[in-house]
Amino acid sequence: MRRDAHPGRENPKMTITVSMTVNGKQVSREIEPRTLLVQFLREKLNLTGTHVGCDTSQCGACVVLIDGVSVKSCTALAAQCEGSEVTTIEGLAAADGTLHPMQEAFRKHHGLQCGFCTPGMVISAVDLLRVNPDPSEHDVREWLEGNICRCTGYHNIVKAVLDAAQTMRGTAVAAE
Amino acid sequence: MPDDGIGARIVRKEDKRFLTGKGRYTDDINRTGQAYAVFIRSPHAHAAIKAIDSAAAARSPGVLGIFTNADMESDGIQGGLPAGWMITNKDGSQMKAPIHPILAKGKVRYVGDPVAVVVAETYAQAREAADQVAVDYDVLDAVVDPARTTDSGQPQLHDDAPGNVCFDWEIGERDQVSEALAQAHHVTELKIINNRLIPNAMEPRAALGDYDTGTDEYTIYTTSQNPHVARLVISAFVGLAPEHKIRVIAPDVGGGFGSKIYIYSEEVACAYASRKVGQPVKWTAERSESFLTDAHGRDNVTTAKLAVDADGRILALWETTVANLGGYASLFATVTPTYLHSLLLSGQYVIPKIYSEVKGVYTNTAPVDAYRGAGRPEATYIVERLMEATAREIGMDPAEFRRRNLIREFPYQTPVILQYDAGDFEAHLDAALKAADYAGFADRKAESERQGRLRGVGFSCYIEACGIAPSAAVGSLGSGVGLWESAEIRFNPTGQVVINTGSHSHGQGHETTFAQLVSSYLGVATENVEVVHGDTGRTPFGMGTYGSRSIAVGGAAIVKAAEKIIAKGRKIAAHLLEASEADVEFADGKFTVAGTDRSKSIQEIAFAAYVPHNYPEGVEPGLHENAFYDPLNFTFPSGTQVCEVEIDPDTGTVTIDRFTAVDDFGHIINPMIVEGQVHGGIAQGVGQALYEGCLYDPESGQLVTGSYMDYCMPRADNFPSLVLGFTETPSPSNPLGVKGCGEAGAIAAPAAVMNAITNAIGTEDLQMPATPQKVWSAIAAHRPAAAAE
Repeated sequence: MRRDAHPGRENPKMTITVSMTVNGKQVSREIEPRTLLVQFLREKLNLTGTHVGCDTSQCGACVVLIDGVSVKSCTALAAQCEGSEVTTIEGLAAADGTLHPMQEAFRKHHGLQCGFCTPGMVISAVDLLRVNPDPSEHDVREWLEGNICRCTGYHNIVKAVLDAAQTMRGTAVAAE
Repeated sequence: MPDDGIGARIVRKEDKRFLTGKGRYTDDINRTGQAYAVFIRSPHAHAAIKAIDSAAAARSPGVLGIFTNADMESDGIQGGLPAGWMITNKDGSQMKAPIHPILAKGKVRYVGDPVAVVVAETYAQAREAADQVAVDYDVLDAVVDPARTTDSGQPQLHDDAPGNVCFDWEIGERDQVSEALAQAHHVTELKIINNRLIPNAMEPRAALGDYDTGTDEYTIYTTSQNPHVARLVISAFVGLAPEHKIRVIAPDVGGGFGSKIYIYSEEVACAYASRKVGQPVKWTAERSESFLTDAHGRDNVTTAKLAVDADGRILALWETTVANLGGYASLFATVTPTYLHSLLLSGQYVIPKIYSEVKGVYTNTAPVDAYRGAGRPEATYIVERLMEATAREIGMDPAEFRRRNLIREFPYQTPVILQYDAGDFEAHLDAALKAADYAGFADRKAESERQGRLRGVGFSCYIEACGIAPSAAVGSLGSGVGLWESAEIRFNPTGQVVINTGSHSHGQGHETTFAQLVSSYLGVATENVEVVHGDTGRTPFGMGTYGSRSIAVGGAAIVKAAEKIIAKGRKIAAHLLEASEADVEFADGKFTVAGTDRSKSIQEIAFAAYVPHNYPEGVEPGLHENAFYDPLNFTFPSGTQVCEVEIDPDTGTVTIDRFTAVDDFGHIINPMIVEGQVHGGIAQGVGQALYEGCLYDPESGQLVTGSYMDYCMPRADNFPSLVLGFTETPSPSNPLGVKGCGEAGAIAAPAAVMNAITNAIGTEDLQMPATPQKVWSAIAAHRPAAAAE
């Protein structure tokens, strides 16, 4: 073990146990209390689909759902999510791999290029449709103001969200 | 024949992984036993380093090593990061490009300049230790303004670049242009500032160095647009190790826009540190570090003049530019404001005489390098602001003034080296006027005025030289490399295809577009084609992706390799079909004996090539071909953009009401992807025009716009839906007839937006970014009485 080369250098830190449901699975980890939710997801659970694009809670690449509501996971402590249900981009598709209508719409309308902002963008858009199932183009653009994309000029993202809204309203009607 | 070939609007093969969180970016990669690097960066814009005391930090928990320039030099790493193009000065001497060390040597030249690297077991430990490294600086005066840095009495950045001048270059006939200006019917003169931008790819830069003591080999995962070039530079210029002992992997890369072409200190330092500490070493930039240290873009100050005769025909163009290179001459920093800029000053127009002089200068700011368009947006902005302003001054409709001066015959030799091979500029001008409903503008303006708002329309008719570039041509202009591209097509025995390309995709969709080429040329459906890029261990040496070159050069290399596959397949097919080779035709994935129904699919041929039991004599087994393609010429995409803005005169707020772009990219492989490239380019161009501006404090040299709180990125609510159209004149200079589409939007948009605003407010005296404050002030200055009310 290379770490043994430096005995005594480990900085003893208080740890806490945090438990939550992530993408439908119960997880529990020992963490430093200062661990951010995004660090918890990326480093402890290896869910690297949630990205960190800035250090001022501006870019939105790290957005996940906590109990169904979109939150920037760089700005939440993992400890705050004790007992919560967290959904990341990895948990959005159905168990059989069928993409969520929002993922499918992004693919169909070329709503992504480099893919880095995409997880946060998709999750934010999913939350928009929870709040407003029938948004106008203006509503979509206003809602996504907290997610920065450098590649697409937002044009196809907006198209995708509007199309997904229509699909999901159709699905909802059909299911009634 | 598969229906997913050239021209098909198919969804992207790469999207499933990106949409399900399975993209694999550098920061997603972790190696067993990995340590973490944190860089000590200069807090000063300009200072001498008197001492670095890392004793306390070295005792900090978890610290594995702290390294400085002296450590690297004592380990034999004496080199630095090179300038990729040598520019020859007016007087015939060579430019001054002092060494750019990996870690600062004796002096720091911009805020963020890396001084030392701390490596520890955890990121938090490295951060904590970094705070304890004490660097004793002798702070020097700083200069950040390119217009002032060459004045006498200014601080000197480099001992061997007197007056802070890197190069003083010119092209064209100075005296003739001077004379034409003196005798012209009308001369329009503008002062033009091309604002400094911070690229802001959404994925921050990252690097993971992993040294293998068993093989003496370095593996470097890094956020690069050109991993082979990175390896070459790290080996040949930095001197880390011989090329065959370095493997560079640029996996999924989250946007580049030019800022990930340049080879950075951090990737080298992580590799070096990995050898020193005996563990893999990882670094990921915080966004603040990206703002400080990613290569910035643009930053030119220009005076430009356009002369016309009494009929509104252009006689000559003159421009004098000072280009801010930042603290060091970066990879493409010197070619961007010279050959990628001045050679485009003819635009789409017959301009009999052109003169351009450019001075590249050092300042205490982050190094500047290529940023989407690189030189061509700057040139287009100059030409198109001049065109619009001239039209207004001589009282001619701006579209009509352009039409009168368009180049109509090809090939067209410009006065500034380039020969345009094909185009139809009037076609996209007409299409854009129609799509933008230019005819209805007057009514819309009247309606805006009734509501107390100003409305303006602006044009930008761009041409760019991309698909870079013929190696001999760029070599003669000072390039240190050739700009060909490579491709390898490998059939598996069971008939699927792997393409190994030297191009690199960081959002452009090569995995789809390149597979579409194989579908069309070899008849193998895209679902059976895998495109591999971004790994020097898996792909042939290639030059990477920038300058809208991937399809025109990298795509053409794939075509060349496909032709070799067909040629070899024909020999095998002729043998199996017992026909003469000349009688075997290839189409739709099948080799057929002409005039018969006897055929073999390419999959059958691939199987026969790997199981050569019944095989032609003298033919090697296997179906696997390489090609290197060196283009014949640049490609010349062109187009017309029309922007229409509405302005609230009380606040100066600009709203883009309509934005139309009609482009001629030659043949288009995947229209969906091409449209996406245009959308994104336009957004970046609009960002430059309205929102983005990198600011340094003029006294301290501190970066003022160092976060998303201070640097305004374009957001979803800043845009209307964009209207796109295409015309098509195939490029005669490559086998696909393609031109490249990655930069066009960003090249043209700033002028379209600014021309619309200046049209609305009635004054040319406005610089980018046209923030509400600047627009309001310009309105106030232009109409003092109205503003005073």
